[in-house]
Amino acid sequence: MINPSIEAHGVPFLETTDLRKHFVSGGGLLSGKPRVVQAVSNISFHVDQGTTLGVVGESGCGKSTTARLLMGLIERDSGAVRIEGKDIGGPQGLDIKEARRQMQMVFQDSFASLNPRMTIETSIMFGPRVHKVSKSEARRRAHSLLDRVGLQPERFAARYPHELSGGQRQRVNIARALALEPRMLLLDEAVSALDKSVEAQVLNLLLDLKDEFGLTYLFISHDLNVVQYISDRVMVMYLGKVMEIGPVEDIYNTPSHPYTQALLKAMPSMDPTQRTESAPITGDPPSPINPPSGCRFHTRCPHAEDVCQLLEPQLTVTRPEHFVGCHMADIDSGHSKAGNG
Amino acid sequence: MLNRQTPGATHTSDEPFVTIDNLQVTFHGGRQVVRAVNGVDLVLKTGEVTGLLGESGSGKSVTLRALMRILPPARSTITGSIRVGGREVLDMSDRDLADFRGGLASMIFQEPGLSLDPVYKVGDQIVESVVRHMGIDKKAARLRALEALEWVHIPSPETRLDAYPHEMSGGMLQRVMIALALSCSPKLLLADEPTTALDATVQIQVLLLLREMQRKFGMTTIFVTHDVGVAAEISDRVAVMYAGQVVEQGPVGEVLGDPKHPYTQGLLRSTIHGSMRGKRIDAIAGSPPDLANLPKGCAFSPRCKYAEPACTAGAPPNVAISADHDVRCVRFEAP
Repeated sequence: MINPSIEAHGVPFLETTDLRKHFVSGGGLLSGKPRVVQAVSNISFHVDQGTTLGVVGESGCGKSTTARLLMGLIERDSGAVRIEGKDIGGPQGLDIKEARRQMQMVFQDSFASLNPRMTIETSIMFGPRVHKVSKSEARRRAHSLLDRVGLQPERFAARYPHELSGGQRQRVNIARALALEPRMLLLDEAVSALDKSVEAQVLNLLLDLKDEFGLTYLFISHDLNVVQYISDRVMVMYLGKVMEIGPVEDIYNTPSHPYTQALLKAMPSMDPTQRTESAPITGDPPSPINPPSGCRFHTRCPHAEDVCQLLEPQLTVTRPEHFVGCHMADIDSGHSKAGNG
Repeated sequence: MLNRQTPGATHTSDEPFVTIDNLQVTFHGGRQVVRAVNGVDLVLKTGEVTGLLGESGSGKSVTLRALMRILPPARSTITGSIRVGGREVLDMSDRDLADFRGGLASMIFQEPGLSLDPVYKVGDQIVESVVRHMGIDKKAARLRALEALEWVHIPSPETRLDAYPHEMSGGMLQRVMIALALSCSPKLLLADEPTTALDATVQIQVLLLLREMQRKFGMTTIFVTHDVGVAAEISDRVAVMYAGQVVEQGPVGEVLGDPKHPYTQGLLRSTIHGSMRGKRIDAIAGSPPDLANLPKGCAFSPRCKYAEPACTAGAPPNVAISADHDVRCVRFEAP
């Protein structure tokens, strides 16, 4: 497999190669054959320092599992994760604790990600305390971050999570993620549960913080509009595989993969005079348990041919920095439309 | 509270099918009284699709539930008037309501998985409803159920009649819900965010299906959504809700294309789309009010950049700025 990490840019901030996680369930004495959920199947990508990689895909595509693998919240089956070229968990690499100091995560459910019995000040101080920062310094940092995310520390520091609104809680989660002075944030549907007017405020905050602290973002979302707004590059996933990855303008203006094209066409039109007239693809995404053979999208693809069922497409460079996992993008694949697009 | 004449009613030849007049819903379960709906006036013409657009807590779902009378009676109070097909819903007895729900009016919900009974086959659930409302025997009802699954384009509908909900995908279940809702030929369809929980490629299929069903059967529809794009795809008219009131309503093109109320304008500016890339979002400051403690006068005034003393002096009037477009804001005067 080609690793879409291009050497020309030097060492990217974050890089993964052949990252894989298959969950096995059942297979006990009574439950019969084990069922394997192929959540993430050998994916490789990189995120350059100071940029935002947007990750889009429907449920079961593996986007959240990917973030959890990067953070080491679940153990990967195989593959490597590197921060500035240093393997996480590898010999002479970074240990997981240090990796988590450099990379922090914000989750979708702002309430579930805070301890209900801790004041928000204590929650924000928790990480730095684990990393041996003195109590007074951790408190000072917590107050300055609360202030930075738009919550006056004198009003909010002593409150409990249930006393805040969803938008305020998500600001606390962002402040907590920043408390360890990380260099990268993994944002897993971090604005998806918020109302539109609050989502806009939090997106503005994320863009400001990125500039101020020179942060790198991995921004996971099902909302294609938001991903287009915030990302420099976009990765499209389907059933645990990367379908397409490239610069945001390329992906949105000239999508190459039939799945990316379908996703973009499925976006509701904001203009009632230009309504969507037909659905780009039919059916639901298949289950990642026993996913389709060959190209995982072939069961819903309007261009599917025999080769798509038999062979798994490899990521192919179509334009600079733009990779597509489709037989039609590969001239030698044997697909009748290969090389036309 | 000021109660203007209901909008839209005077200038249309079509008979309104639903007329909601000064609807108020309060909840009094806890220590505080929560005012979820504060004087909603809505008129729905026969066969029209009204998109009820708003954020969480704006009262859009509560309005829908009041219409169906499915709010907990011990903990909620509904006042005002809801007339459907000439009958007052708020005066209906339990027996009338049992006929009304699923007969004249039916509802589809956000989570099809939670709305269908997991231990009964989907076909039997449709049959039960058809037998109850259409007064036909089980055998005929089963044919009707089969027909309903065909309307919503479920592949191999005959086998699917005998499937259990857990054997179906989310998009398929939402189709079953729609089939169930339409099986007794309702005149009024209430849809509460029916596509919100679905994946993008499935959402558009369900929206197109609902549009097709609406064309085929012509039922009057209220479609609750928080998504401007979804409202644009499905609605003839849009009513924008904030803090339990309709702040603006009119034809979909006018409301979304040339919004007048400062909240509608802010909501549309906050709705991210591609061309905004690189620009800062002109977001509405603050957050929606506490419904147990509403601000005086216009509920949006604490967040509104045009706020003036008149906004907090009293409830803003509902102003008809054109024949078919109403705005609840002191900055407007009737032409």
